[in-house]
Parts: sequence; structure tokens; C-alpha cells
Amino acid sequence: MRGAAAIVGVADAVSPTGELDGSVRALEVRMIREALDDAGLALADVDGLFCSTSPGWAPTMELAEHLGIAPTWTDTTITGGSSFEIHVEHAAAAIALGLCEVAVIVYAATPRSSFKRGGAGFASRQAGPGLTATAEWELAYGMRMPMGAYALAASRHLAQFGTTSEQLAQIAVDTRRWATMNPRARLQDPITVDDVLASPIQASPLHKLDCCLVTDGAGAVVLTSTERARTLRRPPALVLGTGTCHTHSMISEMPDLTVTGAAVSGPLAFERAGLTPADVDVAQIYDSFTITVLLLLEDLGFCPKGEGGGFVADGVLGPGGALPSNTTGGGLAYTHPGMFGIFLLVEAVRQLRGECGPRQVDGAEVALAHGSGGVLSAMSTVLLGTEATA
Amino acid sequence: MSEPRLVPAPEGAPERVQPPVSEAAAPFWDATRELRLVLQWCRACERAIHFPRVACPTCGGDDLAFRPAAGTGTVYACSTMPAPGNPGMAGRAPYVVALIDLPEGVRMLSSIVGDGALDVAVGDPVSIAWEPLADGRHLPVFVRA
Repeated sequence: MRGAAAIVGVADAVSPTGELDGSVRALEVRMIREALDDAGLALADVDGLFCSTSPGWAPTMELAEHLGIAPTWTDTTITGGSSFEIHVEHAAAAIALGLCEVAVIVYAATPRSSFKRGGAGFASRQAGPGLTATAEWELAYGMRMPMGAYALAASRHLAQFGTTSEQLAQIAVDTRRWATMNPRARLQDPITVDDVLASPIQASPLHKLDCCLVTDGAGAVVLTSTERARTLRRPPALVLGTGTCHTHSMISEMPDLTVTGAAVSGPLAFERAGLTPADVDVAQIYDSFTITVLLLLEDLGFCPKGEGGGFVADGVLGPGGALPSNTTGGGLAYTHPGMFGIFLLVEAVRQLRGECGPRQVDGAEVALAHGSGGVLSAMSTVLLGTEATA
Repeated sequence: MSEPRLVPAPEGAPERVQPPVSEAAAPFWDATRELRLVLQWCRACERAIHFPRVACPTCGGDDLAFRPAAGTGTVYACSTMPAPGNPGMAGRAPYVVALIDLPEGVRMLSSIVGDGALDVAVGDPVSIAWEPLADGRHLPVFVRA
């Protein structure tokens, strides 16, 4: 399956204001149109549809009906922020088997503007009072969500490995350095470690600047066979390897708060791609919180378990660093509409195409996009490469 | 075993979010009416299970029983909330949410309350206490040992 499918079209919509005009449905349709235009394909070419959210209970049925298409491959897998990396894995498998020819993956959400209009905004992610395991075993304790769950993981990593808040802050500092070069980023002013540590605690030990944004945002990607990709408008980003693993739903059920399912998904993806972490030229690693990046760097094999603090301390993730990461400015500074996974894929493809202007990583041939969903619950790793890696 | 410790909610605090009762966990919640901590066990695996389930997550079997727990634990992870996580916690901030490892081999999310709660650290020993719920059940919380 290595290299059988490729991402051939991408689009995303974000704004420095954090807000977008238009309904979620309008944004989804716009993103699909733009991503297909990018690829040089049309809606009539689409036979595979992937989306994870909708106002009703049947996301792809509702979206396909709106679009007026009748897909023969349909997938509404939802694992939170990693949904879209899983969609790529499923789409690439279906394309490799000949079960699907052109797949579209789309996401849009407007928590920031809907909150301003009196809607639930980001809080809509919180468990309601129904009979769920979360309501029965977690809600009464008043953990702030989602930051409380990640704060528990951070507290454990700090205690077990001697990681420091300064080291976590460095991740936010380096991610922001990328955002200073991205005129579409929500936050573009540089910050220091002291700025992060001086920002208010959201759930100890995490500060406000350790936490991702809440913005509107939307994106889409289009996949097809690599064979067909070679006839299209843009240089293809080949799907070299993928891996997925979910380990729990509630943070209280996470087996070890210092080890995520990326310790499984990462090696799976690298093995299937025939690559190692040393081959990655540019990484998009889901930065819901600084601790998320730290855990994922370790689990994906960029450094040994427990040594993430030292690994990030000298700016390795920033411009000019050995592992340029989250080159948009990430969920911490670019955009974060609830689920960031689609933006990881879009930027990975743009880096491989060399389209990123001042933030372009020179000679990027292999890109990693790693999604994290739930509360460190669902992990999915996608390795993409240029034609040179075929 | 010492007397079960009852800790009232802070004066004027609203009721916490009332946990619903799943069928599998009914014996767990019933025991809290008498300030008793019980855990579900799989009789085939001889392993404790938390949260209570309809089948053992190790072997899939349904030969399950509830047994008394020691009521002690160790802080596995903890975080102080500077603001309420939901309206049921209004007026309580700052407060501590923690994951507690029980000697029976399971982990629970809970609150650390009482003296020195805000200074609790990973690795600290804690013991069970009970906060009344509106329907006569009690919520398991922990105090520093």
C-alpha cells in the first residue's frame, strides 16, 4: 500500500480575527470546492466522502445530500482531533484496493463566532448530564475540560521524569516563532518562556499559553491514486505510511499518563513507510497543549521516553531547528476550532510542495502529520512524501 | 479499619453534578449510602475493575462481584483548578482533581479535599472520605493520609 494513494488537493480557511463568515455547512462546501479546484478535479469525480461532525446524526449522509452526490465509499469515523488522519488512512486503503477513486475529507467548525452569538461554543464538547461513563465517573469532580485532563498528564510527566514548566513553555515559544511568519495566524507576536510562565494557570501545571486557541476554522483534503495524481495539477503528496491506535476515552482510563497510543501508531506508520524518525524533514504534531507535543515527540521516537523536556529545550522545533514542527503556528497560535487534525495534513502537503513562503522548510521531502484526539485518547500518524520518496 | 470520614460540602456551595447510576455500577453506588467503598472484581481473573462494567475488560467474562476496598490510595497525578470546571463546583475554586491509584490495582478520578489539599503532590498517600450527594448516596473523595 506504500505510496499507492496521494493527497492531491488541499484547502483551509482561518483568520487572524479567529472568526470566519458563513455557516459550518457553507464553509464545508467552500473547502471542498477549493480543495478540488486545487487538485484540478470536480465534485462529479468524488466517490468517497469523509466527515466526522454534522448537526444531525449522520454526517456523510447529510453532507452528501447537501452536495447532491451519491458516494460509494463513506466514512464518519470520529476520534476527535485525529479523525482526519484516520480518514486519510482509510481513504488510502480504499484507494489502494480500488474501492474508491477520489476521496474528499472535510471539516469546519465555528466555536468562536457561535459562542459570541450565544451558542455553546467549545463547551459543546463537554459531556452532558446523560448516562455516560464520563458523567458517572468524572463530571462530579469538576475537572476543567479538556485542559484538566492534559494537566494531569503533565503533572505526572513532571513528577516522573523531572520535566519542567520552562521546558513545556519552550514548545509554545518555538511554535509561536513559526506563527510570526504566518500572516494568517491568530497570534503572531513572539513570546518568551517568561511570558508563558506569567500567563494565568488554566489547570496546574498548564498556563494559558500552554493551551491551544479557540477559533473558527475549516479545511479539506482530496486523495486519489498516485497513478491518477500524476495527471493532475499539483505535485502529489504520497501517503507513505499510516498508523492508528486508541487506548481509552476518559483520562481516568488512560493506562499510563506518560505514554500515548502514538507509541503504537508511530512505529506502525514508520514501518509501513520504510522510514525512521530521522527521515522526517518537517513535522506537524498535534499541539492541543504543550504537554501533548512533548508526549508525542517521545512516543513517535524522536527522543527516548522521559527525555522530551531536554529534547525541546534548545529550540529544536522552531525555525532553523533540527525538527521543524507545527510550521503554521499550530493549534497554539494558528487556529484551533476544536479539532486541528485537518490543518496538520494541509500544512504537511504545502510544505512538501514548497508553497510555504517565509516559513518553508528547505528541501522537505518527508512530512509527518500526527493527530491526537479526545484526551490523549486516539492517535493517528500519517507519513507523506514527495515523488522523490516513491 | 477506622470510622468512615464524612466531609460536608463547603457552606453555601451548590450541589455537585449528580453522577447517574449505570446498571453495572448500582452496587458501587448503593454501598456509598453506608459510606462503604466497594470495587467490582472478576472472579475468573481475580482482578479488580474500575469503573464497574458489564464484562471483565481482561477476560470478557461476566462472573463479577463487588468486594470491600481498603479505602487507601496514592496520588498518581493531580491538578489544581483555578476556576470551576462546571456550575456544580461554583465557589469551590481553587480545588484539586487527582487520579488515585488504589492498592487493589485500579485507578479512580477524584477530588483531594481537607487540610493541605492544595499542597498535595504526586506520590502522596491519601485515604477515602465521603461527601453527601442529594439522593442519599455519597461521592468518594480523598483526604491526605
